[in-house]
Amino acid sequence: MARMARLMARMARLPVTARTGLVMLAGFALLAIVGPVIAPDNPSTVDPAVALQGPSAAHLLGTTQSGQDVLSQLLVGGRDTLLLGLAAGAIATALSVAVGVTAGFLAGIADEFLSLLSNIFLVLPALPLLIVVTGELKDRGPLPTAVVISITGWAWGARVLRAQTLSLRGRDYVLAAREAGERAWRIVAFEIIPNEVAIIASSFVFTTLFAILTYVALAFIGLTDVSTWSWGSMLYWAQNGEALQIGAWWWFIPPGLCVALLGMSLALINFGLDELSDPRLRGIAAPGADRGDRRRARRLWRPAAPTPVLYSVPPPDPEPAPEPALEQAPQLTVGGQP
Amino acid sequence: MRFMARRLAFYLAAGWVAVTLNFLIPRLMPGNPVEILISRFPGQLSGSATRALTAAFGLASRQNLVQQYLTYVGNLAHGNLGLSITYYPSTVASVVRESLPWTLVLVGLSTVASFTLGTLIGILVAWRRSRWMDGLLPLTTFLAAVPYFFLALVAITVFAVTLHWLPASGGYDLGQQVSFSASFILSAGQHAILPAITIVASSIAGWMLGMRNVMITTMSADYVLTAQAKGLSGRRVMFAYAARNAILPNVSGFALALGFVVGGAFLTEYVFSYPGIGYVLLQAVSNDDYPLMQGIFLIISLSVLAANLLADACYVLLDPRIRRQG
Repeated sequence: MARMARLMARMARLPVTARTGLVMLAGFALLAIVGPVIAPDNPSTVDPAVALQGPSAAHLLGTTQSGQDVLSQLLVGGRDTLLLGLAAGAIATALSVAVGVTAGFLAGIADEFLSLLSNIFLVLPALPLLIVVTGELKDRGPLPTAVVISITGWAWGARVLRAQTLSLRGRDYVLAAREAGERAWRIVAFEIIPNEVAIIASSFVFTTLFAILTYVALAFIGLTDVSTWSWGSMLYWAQNGEALQIGAWWWFIPPGLCVALLGMSLALINFGLDELSDPRLRGIAAPGADRGDRRRARRLWRPAAPTPVLYSVPPPDPEPAPEPALEQAPQLTVGGQP
Repeated sequence: MRFMARRLAFYLAAGWVAVTLNFLIPRLMPGNPVEILISRFPGQLSGSATRALTAAFGLASRQNLVQQYLTYVGNLAHGNLGLSITYYPSTVASVVRESLPWTLVLVGLSTVASFTLGTLIGILVAWRRSRWMDGLLPLTTFLAAVPYFFLALVAITVFAVTLHWLPASGGYDLGQQVSFSASFILSAGQHAILPAITIVASSIAGWMLGMRNVMITTMSADYVLTAQAKGLSGRRVMFAYAARNAILPNVSGFALALGFVVGGAFLTEYVFSYPGIGYVLLQAVSNDDYPLMQGIFLIISLSVLAANLLADACYVLLDPRIRRQG
């Protein structure tokens, strides 16, 4: 319980953007877990008697052209969309850690080669490449799709991680570990990677967002397996059933809105991570600031003045009081005499 | 100059990878374009026609992979991209030549509009950091996270299907002949408004946010303070001192965006059935038209590479620090 409370307290100190994003993402995760269980109908059940009906008590979000329940499709499709996004994000991040950290750590000719590789993947246009590759793919199930998407999405993270590793490998503690005769893999795993967790997290969030939007777009064009339910395949069927021309908004608005909100939650988390590392990017409305604070900050601020950064007052620390030795330290140094 | 030489070498390498990928992808995948073509025209192709086609697609069975590769590169050097299956017997080059102008005009103009507007708004938002301006951020985040085609679908429903203000699809009225007459240009313009607006709406947030963030960093620099202390007008300080230095990343981003103009609008063209290059690529995919797919992918990759080179050149021109390093 105490642990939970501390987690909540830490959450409250995050930038408001990240907090909003995390709460939204948690909502979608919950939906992905319980969605298929609480779906009122089988999403594939065809019932011509109720074809293309607007929202009603029997079908809260209406029905498709063949009488399938839109709400059930939405609830079932969330899992596929989120899982594929996370899987592609994870594969791509693993690739970028492997390539980026290796390049930065080894330096020299290996670095030249790996940087060339990631730069090439960075400039090759992703969507056309994806369309061409998935167009020729015979198995369009979720896993091959996730792999193909992650192949086009890893290079950005690799570049950032390489730069960070380059700057870390010359630090004192890494040099000390080398002197102590630590093996290379140990230095990488225990000295370097733990110091790059923030960058890895941000690159994971970014790649997942990229993967979800790409997956939905590919499904919408019909280049993935559209017989499984995902938000992208819902949009594909809606487009094929001319939902637009008929004006059946309940068919294509819900999946599109869900993708947009899911994407927005990831984008907000990433903004929050950016703001954590550069507080100047925060808006005036910093968390924890009351209205008076905000008004004062606005009044005092001039374009050339240092940017006002309103920190929230940290909540009283539940942890034990600092060690007494620390408090006595200044006394010890006075005049060099105890 | 050493900087540019290094970059040029890199783009040559990247270009070679694009060409080679293009050669390898269809050969690594199962299926053979000639078989597909034969199955599309059952009983209409004689044995000699099949052999001629096999040669035309560079798939003559006598050749090993290296010889095929050399033939392929030789054909490319002569601008010979092969024959399209979807639009048989047109060549890939002529199909591309017909569809490219549509994409260039539509996506090019919207990219310029989006860059100009987004950068201006970004400058203003950073300069006067009032609360409602920062309140714009969540809204633009939402717009950036909306899948583009969804935005387009909603726009079609509202403005074309419900309000009947603008046409929902196509590049021009079907009754029109493609020409430079006033009525044709008017019709094409009408059809371009809705796609253009959706492109701008979905891409403006990126320019705005990028400009805002760099601008905020620049504004705390000493030379901005000095400019204000000299008593220069606020507008002068904002544009000539702060924005001028903050715009660098956006300008190089713009050069990159120009590269994506050629291939960046598949979803627009798909949703609006706009007769550009993205629409043709999707046609090619749904018809298993490998030569056309490859040709378009190659053109897109090469133009992206060219735009990257342009972006680097911009940086060298705008930022003296890179020149000195070089």
